[in-house]
Amino acid sequence: MAEATTKQRPGTMRLTDALQYRLPPAGVVSILHRISGAILFFLLPLTIWLFDTSVTSEFSFERFRAAFVSGIGFVPGWFIKLLVLGILWSYFTHFIAGVRHLWMDVTHSVSKEQGRISAHITLGLSLVLTLLSGLKLFGVY
Amino acid sequence: MANNTFGSKRLVVGAHYGFRDWLAQRVTGALMALFTLVLLAQLLMPGQIGYDKWAGIFAAQWMKVLTFTVIISLAYHAWVGMRDIWMDYVKPVGLRLLAHLFTIVWLVGCAGWAVQVLWRL
Repeated sequence: MAEATTKQRPGTMRLTDALQYRLPPAGVVSILHRISGAILFFLLPLTIWLFDTSVTSEFSFERFRAAFVSGIGFVPGWFIKLLVLGILWSYFTHFIAGVRHLWMDVTHSVSKEQGRISAHITLGLSLVLTLLSGLKLFGVY
Repeated sequence: MANNTFGSKRLVVGAHYGFRDWLAQRVTGALMALFTLVLLAQLLMPGQIGYDKWAGIFAAQWMKVLTFTVIISLAYHAWVGMRDIWMDYVKPVGLRLLAHLFTIVWLVGCAGWAVQVLWRL
């Protein structure tokens, strides 16, 4: 009895314990899926503002284009650019990670190796798409 | 669990409808994915991307209906997702209720604004 109580038990895993482990790529995608969803949720008003100004009239469209240069109100243009890059990255990450989920649900084709590869594709492709769409939106090409 | 459905000890947290939301999350997600592809396909059509092309995409009635469906889907999808986040990280019931309330107000407000923008075009 005494031996059993003195024996060290691992106890509940805390965040500090969890951080000792290196997450596999699929785990990174899993937490980024959640984080990107939360970012999209909190930046929803900005997304709708961009939709509103870009689509309402030619006059407001100019205001939309100018937001990336001269900002919105007291918020500087570079910060708007940063936020929009955040929206784009979150959207692509969430989109690809979601399609990855649907694909695994439908095909039941799940293995460690496939999970690893598709996770890498998710992380890489979302970065590439963010860069391409961001540069296009900011008028670089 | 079965003994916690009534009285002062009853469970006041949790979603209680796992499968329905699991399915709804996938159906709404698939709808938004479809919308994304439809929007991208129209954007990548030949021609300069300017105001005329952009506004023209949303001028079509079928696109309005699709976009409206996506706005409603997004609100429900985000509600399920955010509720899961609150349930995982916010343990005090009162604080969680406040977070849920904020999420609903935030999403209903955003959905209303988006629909207004869409349907005055």
